[in-house]
Amino acid sequence: MIAELGHYALMLALGLALIQGSLPLVGARSNDAVLMSMATPAALAQFVFVALSFAALAVCYVTSDFSVLNVYENSNSAMPLIYRLTSIWGNHEGSMMLWVFILTFFGALVAVFGNNLPVKLKANSLAVQAWIAAAFDLFILITSNPFLRIPNAPFEGRDLNPILQDPGLAFHPPMLYLGYVGFSIAFSFAIAALLEGRIDAAWARWVRPWVLGAWMCLTLGIAGGSYWAYYELGWGGYWFWDPVENASLMPWLAGTALLHSAVVMEKRGALKVWTILLAILAFSLSLIGTFLVRSGVLTSVHSFATDPTRGVFILAILAIFIGGALALYAARAPLLKQGGLFAPISREGALVFNNLFLTSACATVFVGTLYPLALEALTGAKISVGPPFFNLTFGPLFVPLLLAMPFGPLLGWKRGDLLAAAQRLLAAALLAAVAIAASFALQRGGPVLAPFGVGLAIFVMAGALIDLAERTMILRVPFGAALRRAAGLPRSAWGTALAHFGIGVTLLGIVAVTAWGSERIAAIKPGDTVEIAHYRLTFDGLFERPGANYHELVGHFTVRRMSGELLGAMEPSRRTFPARNMATTEAALMSRRFSQLYLSLGDPNPDGSVAVRLYFKPQVLLIWLGALFMFAGGALSLSDRRLRVGAPRRAKAPAAALQAAE
Amino acid sequence: MSAVATARLRLLLPATLAVALVLLLAAVAPLRAVEPKEMLANPILEARARTLSKELRCMVCQNQSIDDSDAPLAHDLRLLVRERLKAGDSDAQVLDFLVARYGEFVLLKPPLSWHTAALWGLPPALLILGIATIVVVLRRRRAAPLTETANLSAAEEARLANLMREEG
Repeated sequence: MIAELGHYALMLALGLALIQGSLPLVGARSNDAVLMSMATPAALAQFVFVALSFAALAVCYVTSDFSVLNVYENSNSAMPLIYRLTSIWGNHEGSMMLWVFILTFFGALVAVFGNNLPVKLKANSLAVQAWIAAAFDLFILITSNPFLRIPNAPFEGRDLNPILQDPGLAFHPPMLYLGYVGFSIAFSFAIAALLEGRIDAAWARWVRPWVLGAWMCLTLGIAGGSYWAYYELGWGGYWFWDPVENASLMPWLAGTALLHSAVVMEKRGALKVWTILLAILAFSLSLIGTFLVRSGVLTSVHSFATDPTRGVFILAILAIFIGGALALYAARAPLLKQGGLFAPISREGALVFNNLFLTSACATVFVGTLYPLALEALTGAKISVGPPFFNLTFGPLFVPLLLAMPFGPLLGWKRGDLLAAAQRLLAAALLAAVAIAASFALQRGGPVLAPFGVGLAIFVMAGALIDLAERTMILRVPFGAALRRAAGLPRSAWGTALAHFGIGVTLLGIVAVTAWGSERIAAIKPGDTVEIAHYRLTFDGLFERPGANYHELVGHFTVRRMSGELLGAMEPSRRTFPARNMATTEAALMSRRFSQLYLSLGDPNPDGSVAVRLYFKPQVLLIWLGALFMFAGGALSLSDRRLRVGAPRRAKAPAAALQAAE
Repeated sequence: MSAVATARLRLLLPATLAVALVLLLAAVAPLRAVEPKEMLANPILEARARTLSKELRCMVCQNQSIDDSDAPLAHDLRLLVRERLKAGDSDAQVLDFLVARYGEFVLLKPPLSWHTAALWGLPPALLILGIATIVVVLRRRRAAPLTETANLSAAEEARLANLMREEG
């Protein structure tokens, strides 16, 4: 009964989406306020029904209702409650439900918090939002229905893939989808603006909080997924340039570019046409990402061709939304007025530079990810495009971007003074030079480029701090006055500095772990020791431990410093899940400040020895700490009153708010 | 529970445990990636083998190098790479040997050829195109400066004034 209710609620949501997608649109064309006002209640009701539908599916999972096919295939009554809940989106059908749930959630947020929007813009964008929802509702109902029943209900479910039975599943997909789907708001606003044929700086102000929120979630989602892969997959890699990862990186790159171009549009009225295009692209890439992951096209072009129903459906969604949006853009963009002239060396210029490299990087990932698919479909030739390609093409694009990053915030709007900015950054450059020299002196036989990577990271971090120091004038005015200036600084300025600082932190982590990480692979017996960096691990033996729905073979290791000081124990294990007869490797991690010891267990051999892989990952935690900084920076910016209220703020007295212009 | 039953249970327990352990070990997949017994004694050769392994695709896996994969094919390829290295092949010879056997699909970094020209060419081409576009747009706009944005309508002026008042 519950499943049928969920199914029915989803159909009602589809009906509401169709209403929301048509009436307000007609209203906006004919200036009919009543029709336009339909959008808000429709969006709210749609959210309520999708939420009901999602809740129904959740109830089926929690109560282990194996008469529902989707629950039978992906759950098991022995699983802890948290995994029974998270397995809702651990499969195709459920994850599409989550997608639509988040989509309508955002629609409802616009309906509730969009009261300060022009009536037409709100009606049009909610209508566009509803088209997307309708398309995905249909997709679920026709090709991916999670509410289908099995005639004779089995007693037990087939279990969730053990690799997914991890807290990471509770966090990673929802955050990722909040990001992906969050860009749909920017997309809807862009289409609405194009439909109306007018767009101004205020548009950017309304869109920015949504873009920022989506970007924050995506940042955290990607970082979370990276850490999950790092500890779960057993060899300590944090980024594999896998197409599935690239699918989330592309919207992030486009979204980051959008975030920056929207600033120019809001403050200076320039780059309108470009910002609209980026808004369309960011969400289009999210859709393409969904297509790549969900259609099966990645496994092989041929497996896609053998069961094409889902793939073709998503392909049709892609063609309609991306093609339609770009066609509308091509028709309307030339009509949009350009404004805000600026010199090449200026804050605007720096942000254009940022956009140039971010979009080029995004295009590189796009080409590298889709080229093998296209080539095979067209010529039948099979090639692989893997990490070596991306490291060679993506890396060089990010170096100029990061070198230029500290300059941007120090340049004035309209016309900037590059020399003055360079002088201010002198301290950062000196610090970077010291770091490079020190890294060269300390590293023994590491790669030649690594110290320069460290230097770049230090330059970026110091640059962010100098930006703050300049704004508060901490070195030039008395301390009390500087504090007052700091308090008067817009939060978005703090946010920018914090996020930019975070990029440097992440880079530092990547460089350190790539250049100076070490690895030991050995077959050892109880009593043997393995040494790595300045640590010594003693293998004490294997023992068995029962788990909720698995057996575990655990290795016990005692960790000491080379000096003999006891640091603790590490217990890597191998879990066997009887329901699917599958095994997972659970690596043991020991954090030493930002570095980690990483130990994973292999096969016990017949002679009583066991294979182990031991890694020392220097400064590895900085990679994800940097992402947290970026998230926090975004959150600070988002909490800025100017963004929240969505209204311009007048600079009060000249004393307190000379900084008002960002 | 009778004494006999308890005694029988005591006998039974280790037996079931042992069976469970055997089943457990049988179910456990082989160690991920490079195994100790695969490794070469010569550290220089081994290091070369590792570097090469990272550039070779495990063809039955989804986007994994043979260095990362635990598939039996990856194991065989790792041994093959090491055999060729021990036989005195150069890195390029090893790669050629594998390409001759398995096709270009085995290389994670596709070599430059006619059908990968667009792959390698597009990223720099797009960057150059972007720079060119920006230069042209900036030049054109400097030559013919546009007027600032259109004036606000009366209703918008009123709204703006309202907002400014609210903000104080």
